Amino acid sequence: MTAAMWNLIWQSTLQTLSMVFFSTVFSVILGLPLGILLCITSPMTQGGLKPMPALNVVLGKIVNVLRSFPFIILIIILFPLSRVIMGTAIGTKAAIVPLSIAAAPFVARIVETSLKEVDPGVIQAARVMGSTNSQIVFKVLLPEALPSLVSGLTLTIINLIGYSAMAGAIGGGGLGDLAIRYGFQRFRPDVMAIAVVVILVLVELIQFTGNRISSRMMSRR
Amino acid sequence: MQIELKNLVRTYETVHAVQDVSLSIPSNRIFGIIGLSGAGKSTLVRLVSLLEKPDSGEVFYDGQRVDDLPEKEIINRRRHIGMIFQNFNLFSSRTAGRNIAYPMEICRYPKEKIKARVAELLELVGLADRADAPISTLSGGQKQRIAIARALACEPDILFCDEATSALDPKTTQQILALIKDIQKKMNLTVVMITHQMEVVRDACDYVAVLSEGRVVEQGTVKDIFANPKTNVTREFMSHLTTNTQSVREDGVVIWSDVPAHYTLRFLNDRVETPVISDIIREFDVVFNISGAGIQKVGDTKMGTMVCDITGSPEAVNAALDAIRERGVTVEYEEVEK
Repeated sequence: MTAAMWNLIWQSTLQTLSMVFFSTVFSVILGLPLGILLCITSPMTQGGLKPMPALNVVLGKIVNVLRSFPFIILIIILFPLSRVIMGTAIGTKAAIVPLSIAAAPFVARIVETSLKEVDPGVIQAARVMGSTNSQIVFKVLLPEALPSLVSGLTLTIINLIGYSAMAGAIGGGGLGDLAIRYGFQRFRPDVMAIAVVVILVLVELIQFTGNRISSRMMSRR
Repeated sequence: MQIELKNLVRTYETVHAVQDVSLSIPSNRIFGIIGLSGAGKSTLVRLVSLLEKPDSGEVFYDGQRVDDLPEKEIINRRRHIGMIFQNFNLFSSRTAGRNIAYPMEICRYPKEKIKARVAELLELVGLADRADAPISTLSGGQKQRIAIARALACEPDILFCDEATSALDPKTTQQILALIKDIQKKMNLTVVMITHQMEVVRDACDYVAVLSEGRVVEQGTVKDIFANPKTNVTREFMSHLTTNTQSVREDGVVIWSDVPAHYTLRFLNDRVETPVISDIIREFDVVFNISGAGIQKVGDTKMGTMVCDITGSPEAVNAALDAIRERGVTVEYEEVEK
């Protein structure tokens, strides 16, 4: 292992982290409103605040289609979009677009499920006190669901680490890219092993932190 | 706030939850609505509290029709309604104090006013020291107190209690009912209590309506209904009442009179089954005033105890007492102050 190689591993780790960070941010920006919308437009019996059956079904279908798309194909389809948004279709920056779009429906479902788990009685109490729907969403649903949302976010980040390794395969850079190019194509199993270990450590670290925050919140309730 | 319901109907698919309910709920009183589960109580309270619109019928608050108001005005109207629930429905993401603050936050009260009012309300419900307590650390009774404080935050004119004491033990129930009664007087509230417990009606309400299969089968003042229940549903509710005035002594004797009596008669075994008292009354010129009685099992034998006064001429009373003793009943005499 040369110093240059260690440096390469370090650079790849930073690339992975930045890909995961930005795609998490963007997938939450896209997925959170979508999830809230999915929850409040659902039928009254499922806790919908403002049932809109048609919109709910359409949104649900879009989310399902996006979620069932194999990620590698999504990246290829979204190449042109990356070029429009980021000005390039290769590299770490370009990978953020398909990563965000792949994770957004996942985030939406997680948000929807978390919000629907909020005790209907609590929502009824908020309604009877004269809360508007937006007050219920921002002052009741989101705060009440926060521990569950944090667990969901943890899951999203971990998924994105996995996806980002795949994005590496098509030139996105990062640890996945490193593992394939050096480890597999240039017969350097040691590099591959290190890349895998770094990914494992990242996942473990994020899971641990997420669990900590979530249980910390629960214990204060 | 006087509430008037006219011919309310609400149907869920095939279930007729509320069928043609008309009620007049007087201002400044505690009005009970009693019914078994499935009688339509919860639906009725959702209709009256404007959480749901009726299929047909009308709801009036102080003579003003409210059920057909536009959503915005309904939201404003709701801000003057307080409601407490069986499961308290407090926000677990907020401390006790911030739960009370919630309704004031949504009505956009200034921060200082919220702070002052939260302290005042915590004081009112007797939990001044628990402002920062997480909800999960409170007992059931404390949770309901916080819920009451929250319901009163924006000075409502109506308080709905939806099975508010059903999840509480009898002692806590009494405390919460006492608190509600106290607050009702202090704040000039119209209180509507939905319940399946006749005790709640008896101990807290002025008026009651009995709901069965989505209809009001009987209504009136609590006194009248208790004195003269007209329907089987009401009688059934009354038969499950537990006592609140009789005191049960440790020996199982129930004393129902406040006037102490001189004599304690003890009946053993088969004497328990024989009409001793009737025989004595027929034979001697005495009057029994029974103020308490009970039965106990001592090993295999039954022992009956009766606390009574025997009045008549001294000779007649003495003769009667002798006759009672002859029948194998022990008689104890006690000097009491009347």
